[in-house]
Amino acid sequence: MAEILVLVDHADGAVRKPTLELLTLARRLGEPSAVFLGKGAEGATETLGKYGAQKVYVVDAPEVDDYLVAPAVDALTQIAGSSEPGAILVASSAEGREIAARVAVRLESGLITDAVDIEAGADGPVTEQSVFAATYQVKAHVTKGTPIITVKPNAATPEESPATPAVEAVTVDFTALATGTRVVSRAPREKSDRPELTEADIVVSGGRGVNGAENFHVIESVADALGAAVGASRAAVDAGWYPHSHQVGQTGTQVSPQLYIAVGISGAIQHRAGMQTSKTIVAINKDEDAPIFDLVDYGVVGDLFKVMPQLEAEINKRK
Amino acid sequence: MKIVVCVKYVPDATGDRGFNDDGTTDRESVDSLLSELDEYAIEQALKIVESGVEAEITYLTVGPDDAKDALRKALAMGGDNAIHVNDDDIAGTDALGTSLILAKAIERAGFDLVICGMASTDASMGVVPAMLAERLGVPQVTYLDEVTVEGTTVKGGGTVKGRREGDVATELIEAALPAVVSVTDRTGEARYPSFKGIMAAKKKNVEALDLDDLGIESDQVGLSAAWSIVDTATKRPPRAKGEVVEDEGEGGVQLAGFLAAKKFI
Ligand SMILES: Cc1cc2nc3c(=O)[nH]c(=O)nc-3n(C[C@H](O)[C@H](O)[C@H](O)COP(=O)(O)OP(=O)(O)OC[C@H]3O[C@@H](n4cnc5c(N)ncnc54)[C@H](O)[C@@H]3O)c2cc1C
Ligand SMILES: Nc1ncnc2c1ncn2[C@@H]1O[C@H](COP(=O)(O)O)[C@@H](O)[C@H]1O
Repeated sequence: MAEILVLVDHADGAVRKPTLELLTLARRLGEPSAVFLGKGAEGATETLGKYGAQKVYVVDAPEVDDYLVAPAVDALTQIAGSSEPGAILVASSAEGREIAARVAVRLESGLITDAVDIEAGADGPVTEQSVFAATYQVKAHVTKGTPIITVKPNAATPEESPATPAVEAVTVDFTALATGTRVVSRAPREKSDRPELTEADIVVSGGRGVNGAENFHVIESVADALGAAVGASRAAVDAGWYPHSHQVGQTGTQVSPQLYIAVGISGAIQHRAGMQTSKTIVAINKDEDAPIFDLVDYGVVGDLFKVMPQLEAEINKRK
Repeated sequence: MKIVVCVKYVPDATGDRGFNDDGTTDRESVDSLLSELDEYAIEQALKIVESGVEAEITYLTVGPDDAKDALRKALAMGGDNAIHVNDDDIAGTDALGTSLILAKAIERAGFDLVICGMASTDASMGVVPAMLAERLGVPQVTYLDEVTVEGTTVKGGGTVKGRREGDVATELIEAALPAVVSVTDRTGEARYPSFKGIMAAKKKNVEALDLDDLGIESDQVGLSAAWSIVDTATKRPPRAKGEVVEDEGEGGVQLAGFLAAKKFI
């Protein structure tokens, strides 16, 4: 069976959930091998094995921590060169997409970004993508070289398949390009107790209708009652009411939760691009003609400052 | 020094976008325009010059005849001249091919700094800037919310610095020029072309190039050379519109009822 390389997305050795989803998808295509760059591989190996990694390539070099994207490209290209994988899977973060893009140029291989599903096909992996603000579903496959695929979070439910991976330390011959872009400083984002936007089953988002940073607690309280992540429209973020890392939409994060609640959000195409594939959509808006209502499974036309507190009280009552 | 800004002409996102039978983007039935996300790249190029960096700004697009409109709009915002790569054989080219054409055109024009948008609003892959850095063999300083250029001289040189909202952290990054930069929609509103700007743009030079001029064989690009292919493109059925109730004092309770029925509570 072909080896399938999975680039591990981690924070100091703590493997992030999208990687477990990639390992799960990789098993449909062949034998997953994890590629771990940076520090903390010892702690990560067990988790990677639990989700089916047969092998873990470890590149622990200062370059991968101190320089942007290019060192990872060198590492992945070198490992792909010796292992001749059936495919390379990378999480669809900004950095993941950029790494995949450059590896594709170097390996002269086809690239597919933002897959929401992958199946094995006669001519290699067949991917599914949502395009044009999720108005189309596209199936595609790579026709040249090693298929390189970036996969969106939540594309699969992580399934365990315990293995004891062989660990192989790799010394990478970095190119001159590797140290081109220096990371001068890194300020980790503050961690909240709420689930991450891309990983949450439920997302509650506030827009311009929330009318001020001081009012966002109305959104947060309902989110907490539901165990949800908090999102925001670009209008709310641009106004400085909520951090950009919570922006949902074309130039923010694209989410696909079981339930999305849009509060005081009109439903512009760029916002829809980030939430349209949610399984169930609910909206609260005082304008009955707001385009968001075209998407909803359930909508309330009303003032969010009346509806949200009542909703919160009722959720807590029913729990 | 020389700044090349890559701008793309894209189908209007508010239009009813779709596909042709061969799986390529339908560029006929929806009006196209300069990608809004590339306006931020133009704005930053103009700001760099306004900050005192002596530079010539050249806009570059790869696209059909009408893509000239995108260049005219960019030139109306400011800047010096433009390059339009246009060739029938380019139709259907994927990001890998597009980046090849852009890279050849950039090398031909000469550059110290290439500025791109963070993603095109149609394909929205956000990969072309990284591919350009790879092909041009220069650093990538991408996804910047803030960008500054320092220490340039007439001979070139200098440094580009920026702030990037990374996946888990806010990063300050920097590289020596020449480099490829991409900027986000958080770099600051793009200016509107003034009437004077629109008039001045008519006199600015737009150089037309084809694949021959760039030494690219027609079989290196286009749909037949794409390294991935669309097997099927299916329009998602519009979401069936569910119940919408008017809040008459019980809206929150009614909504909770719906959520409970769906087992979210
Ligand atoms: C290139 C580009 C990229 C973009 N990317 C994004 C993106 O990633 N994400 C994004 O969200 N947007 C994005 N936008 C912006 C997008 O076009 C919209 O401007 C934005 O989504 C509007 O946010 P909003 O719905 O909160 O505000 P508005 O459109 O102003 O809507 C506010 C809504 O709140 C309702 N409201 C007001 N008060 C109340 C109340 N008391 N109770 C109930 N309802 C109330 C109003 O009826 C209205 O419908 C992008 C735009 C461009 C051009
Ligand atoms: N055909 C094109 N012509 C000029 N610039 C382009 C073209 N395609 C992509 N770009 C540039 O690359 C950026 C990212 O595009 P993409 O990777 O397609 O999302 C855009 O914002 C543009 O700056």
